[in-house]
Amino acid sequence: MGATQTNKYKSDGTAAGGLLEWVDARFPLMSLWNDHLAKYYAPKNFNFWYYFGSLAMLVLGLQIITGIFLTMHYKPDAALNASGIPAAFASVEYIMRDVPWGWLIRYMHSTGASFFFIVIYLHMFRGMLYGSYRKPRELIWIFGMLIYLCLMAEAFLGYLLPWGQLSYWGAQVIVNMFTAIPVIGPDLALLLRGDYVVSDATLNRFFALHVVAIPLALVGLVAAHIMALHEVGSNNPDGIEIKKKKGPDGVPLDGIPFHPYYTVKDIVGIVAFLMVFAIVIFFMPEAGGYFLEFNNFYPADPLVTPPHIAPLWYFSPYYSILRANTVNFFWIDAKLWGVIFMGLGTVIFAFLPWLDRSPVKSIRYRGPLFKGALAIFVVCFITLGVLGTLPATPGLTLIAQVCSILYFAFFLLMPIYTSLDKCKAEPERVTG
Amino acid sequence: MKKLLIALLFVPLLALAAGADVRLDKAPDRARDLPALQNGAKVFVNYCLNCHSASYYRYNRLTDIGLTEQQIKDNLLFTADKVGEPMTIALRRADAKAWFGVAPPDLTLIARARTSGAGSGADWLYTYLRSYYRDDSRPTGWNNPVFPNVGMPHVLWELQGEQVMGADHKLTLAKPGLMKPADFDAMVADLVGFLTYIGEPMANFRKVLGVVVLIFLSILFIVSYALKREYWKDIH
Repeated sequence: MGATQTNKYKSDGTAAGGLLEWVDARFPLMSLWNDHLAKYYAPKNFNFWYYFGSLAMLVLGLQIITGIFLTMHYKPDAALNASGIPAAFASVEYIMRDVPWGWLIRYMHSTGASFFFIVIYLHMFRGMLYGSYRKPRELIWIFGMLIYLCLMAEAFLGYLLPWGQLSYWGAQVIVNMFTAIPVIGPDLALLLRGDYVVSDATLNRFFALHVVAIPLALVGLVAAHIMALHEVGSNNPDGIEIKKKKGPDGVPLDGIPFHPYYTVKDIVGIVAFLMVFAIVIFFMPEAGGYFLEFNNFYPADPLVTPPHIAPLWYFSPYYSILRANTVNFFWIDAKLWGVIFMGLGTVIFAFLPWLDRSPVKSIRYRGPLFKGALAIFVVCFITLGVLGTLPATPGLTLIAQVCSILYFAFFLLMPIYTSLDKCKAEPERVTG
Repeated sequence: MKKLLIALLFVPLLALAAGADVRLDKAPDRARDLPALQNGAKVFVNYCLNCHSASYYRYNRLTDIGLTEQQIKDNLLFTADKVGEPMTIALRRADAKAWFGVAPPDLTLIARARTSGAGSGADWLYTYLRSYYRDDSRPTGWNNPVFPNVGMPHVLWELQGEQVMGADHKLTLAKPGLMKPADFDAMVADLVGFLTYIGEPMANFRKVLGVVVLIFLSILFIVSYALKREYWKDIH
């Protein structure tokens, strides 16, 4: 042991070799630095779509930091104060008015929630454009999908905390969906609520899950996502493996060290992102009712059901799929079909690595079938999202049904159209 | 092909083509008009703050709109003893419910909560407060097309006078009040301006700070882009 260390460190791990060697003899500081930054070789041809991974990390950090400060002042308490306002709702307004810079912290957190989904949806779309989920990156993709599911849980749990009308009724609607599950459904819903209706008990357990449980899972999954990525190396817009062409020094010919090249590049992306983020926070924090719903400025009232309960925009595609199931089928209730298809709609992305049979990864070398299918999928996803924010009418429900079918067809027919597609030949080396 | 794909992206917008049922008048902007906001505060404290609270808004925050603590104490401090207290009311909610059928809501956030596709919360309040008409079928003798069968009577009737609803669903002034219609509209605009302000008292500062933050980020963007160019000049 001692002999190998003398080879590795000239100071034999004593303080004589400087602080860095002293630490390195006890903790893999430099090897972590090299493995993940200074000697992690990333393809040199990353384009615009490759900013969203580092931006997602940035938003996660912002949400955790702003969340810590919000937790210091927020009260998860549904009891009414002397003015008839629930304490939780009043504590949010206390943060907005009486806590120094509380309004900024709160708007950063509420805007950050929506931006997290914007960034994650674009990050996922990048994966679909360039086939980043394909072998050998299946586990990166699956960890990513688990992050996405955790993020949806985190957003749903957090949305109850301001205890406004839509917080309350949104939670009521979503928890009630669990009652559709046969046998265990009603008991599961009761366990989630901690009561027979959404109440103080629900608020307190949602607070615990939102502040401790799900963030822990998120941070762990993000670590796994990045470790898996750095094990196999990043994909790139050409969808070819840069590790196949290495120089005499063992470094990929098309690879450049992540640090400093991509750290300085990602800083540019981060500053550009912060500018968009700041425009929303400072000039349109409600974002027209899409980031902060106007009806949520009324405190929760269990006796008054809002005329139109719309989920936040990032859930609305799945809400549309849920509502599009209007037919009892195979002796199964339409509500249960809705829940099944909604659940399937969120997890079906995880099967992409095995549904895609194309010989190439990147959209640049794919044929018209995949390009057309992806375009139809994007249109359907956005249409479902818009429809989910609107009250259902027979005409709109029909559109939602067509879009839902196309949504699932994109995935289920993928093995067929990707193997029939006329692809172009991939290049040997990355092309700019 | 590309143009077709871009055109397809606009298809979802068609689903948005939905209309609103009430036409709202546009509320004049009073956000930076301090005398108007002070007048609005006076109207609010005199006419609203007996049944409605503004329980997240503290009296001494009125210094934001140019009043001194002494002025607040002398003229506006009706429902609290100390200038640092919030605008709560003595009316008990159970009593209010028995008398009006519904407890009058807290108004601190009403301008934000009333925003909808039809217009801003200020537009809604501005139209609503000017649309009361006589309706003897209602317990209070008043009704309102913006908020049908509303529980609140026309608190400002003395000032506006009495409107009646014609067969053409248009409101006409049957009995003039103490104020001329234009003056009444201006006063309601001040009140609505005040309600908008207490909904988000930091809104003006937020926008000013936003400009400063964006200027800083623009400079940072130039510097960070130059840094990136410098590092990347050897990568081809």
